[in-house]
Amino acid sequence: MILEGKVWRFGDNVDTDVIIPARYLYTADPAHLAAHCMEDIDPAFAGKVQPGDIIVAGRNFGCGSSREHAPVAIKASGVTCIIADGFARIFYRNAINIGLPLVELGPAVAEIKGGDRIRIDLGNGTLENLASGKQYTIQPLPGFIQDIAKAGGLINYVKGEKA
Amino acid sequence: MGMTMTEKILARHAGLDTVVPGQLVKCRVDLVLANDITGAPAIVEFDKIGRPVFDRDKIALVPDHFIPNKDIKSAEQAKALRDFAKKHAITHYWEVGRMGIEHVLLPEEGLVAPGELIIGADSHTCTYGALGAFATGVGHTDAGASMATGDTWFKVPSAIKVELTGKPQKWVSGKDVILTLIGMIGVEGARYQALEFTGPGVAALSLADRFTIANMAVEAGAKNGIFPVDIAAENYLAARVTRPYTAVAADPDAVYERTVAIDLGSLVPTVALPHLPENVKPAADLAHIAIDQAVIGSCTNGRLDDLAQAAAIIDGRKIHPDVRAIVIPGTQQIYSEALVRGYIAAFIRAGAVVSTPTCGPCLGGYMGILAAGERAVSTTNRNFRGRMGHADSEVYLASPAVAAASAVAGHIADPREVMK
Repeated sequence: MILEGKVWRFGDNVDTDVIIPARYLYTADPAHLAAHCMEDIDPAFAGKVQPGDIIVAGRNFGCGSSREHAPVAIKASGVTCIIADGFARIFYRNAINIGLPLVELGPAVAEIKGGDRIRIDLGNGTLENLASGKQYTIQPLPGFIQDIAKAGGLINYVKGEKA
Repeated sequence: MGMTMTEKILARHAGLDTVVPGQLVKCRVDLVLANDITGAPAIVEFDKIGRPVFDRDKIALVPDHFIPNKDIKSAEQAKALRDFAKKHAITHYWEVGRMGIEHVLLPEEGLVAPGELIIGADSHTCTYGALGAFATGVGHTDAGASMATGDTWFKVPSAIKVELTGKPQKWVSGKDVILTLIGMIGVEGARYQALEFTGPGVAALSLADRFTIANMAVEAGAKNGIFPVDIAAENYLAARVTRPYTAVAADPDAVYERTVAIDLGSLVPTVALPHLPENVKPAADLAHIAIDQAVIGSCTNGRLDDLAQAAAIIDGRKIHPDVRAIVIPGTQQIYSEALVRGYIAAFIRAGAVVSTPTCGPCLGGYMGILAAGERAVSTTNRNFRGRMGHADSEVYLASPAVAAASAVAGHIADPREVMK
């Protein structure tokens, strides 16, 4: 799968409360959640994000609450991939489970700026910053987590298993 | 090579003799938990699979976040949970009037035992590690899938050993221990890792302290926090758990990635400043910070011992005229016992409000939302931007003793100062 898009840049410790505040969790409707995505740290985000855009962030992205509403909100806002220095573990699981690709790039995320265009080839494990021309290798997902991702998420994966 | 407590529980539930950090394992689960916010979407995912529930006795559904229903949409989420519980004859569902805050309620109801593996669609599911269980938070898709399959996958975490020595001073409790630890290692200091608490200091901590500490393991990024099962834990369990269980202990040669040592005797009442739980300072240094609200309760600090600490400070005093003090017992049983002991009367006499059990204000749901520019001292677990209300409000995390002392003083206060 090849993804190409414009970068939205965020910092360290972006928690799930700012990704989608609990005051909006009275429903899990993806469109509703997307309308309030990132509202408390960037009120302009939900109105300006375009389908195909990519989020690039620092350390510990998605820390805090286990609310899956957070990756759902990001996915429903049209973002196709999140690249971060690192991810909090529940967020990581949740994103895989709903079929939202994540790339753990490490400190090299510092070289990617807001507005850059980047191109990610998840199949051969490469990431290119089209703005700077820099190329990076991305680690493949381990073991059956790759199978969950390939199935498009956990529910499809479980449905494919024998009961 | 020896194993940690966490490795042993994961190995046993995966049907393996040993596991090592980094290994991916599929484990059977002893309990799957969801609440009104996460349960409703978990049910949607569960229904997509098209199988019956794996075991109606091993699913716990607790309406507690926006319950009693705060608005029509919340009522609909609660109804989805209730209808599902009825349809599948779920044994462990609690209605308003019997329910409590999930992580206070489940141990009280005897649904957590040593050596068990519990997942919950709530990040503070890690609370149950206080009783020597492996427990961790997941999203609603994981919870929904496990309600059908009875299993889930894990990456075996490496572990950090937290070696506790000494005895806490008066007015120092579990909250000060965990805030101090998070201050030392940071909000991602234990990311993808287990926090295993050990050492002679464990015996000096009440079960309430241990629940508070394990509860906030996730605030250091940990997958789980876990305590050894000692006499105090066995006594707590004896009155509650009737099924057989097998406690595990870490092997003497278990491998830890590192050891963090904490002398409980050296700790002071501690506060985490906005907007991360790692921003800790002694309460005594923060007297210049005026507050608008104090919240005492939540899955972190809504237990009877917590209310006892707060009542000891508030009884015979008045809540500061500029402060709204909100006390929320964690369960109906705690509420009832606090009534008998006179804590509730003391809170009301002082000018505090006492609420039915709910997660309400902790996550900015309802029952104590902050306006722009307002500040709360809260015994809850997160002080992220906008957590308790407006994005420009502030939450200061502290123990029940510090929250109570602050409610009386009108500013952040060390309990030792107020009780002089």
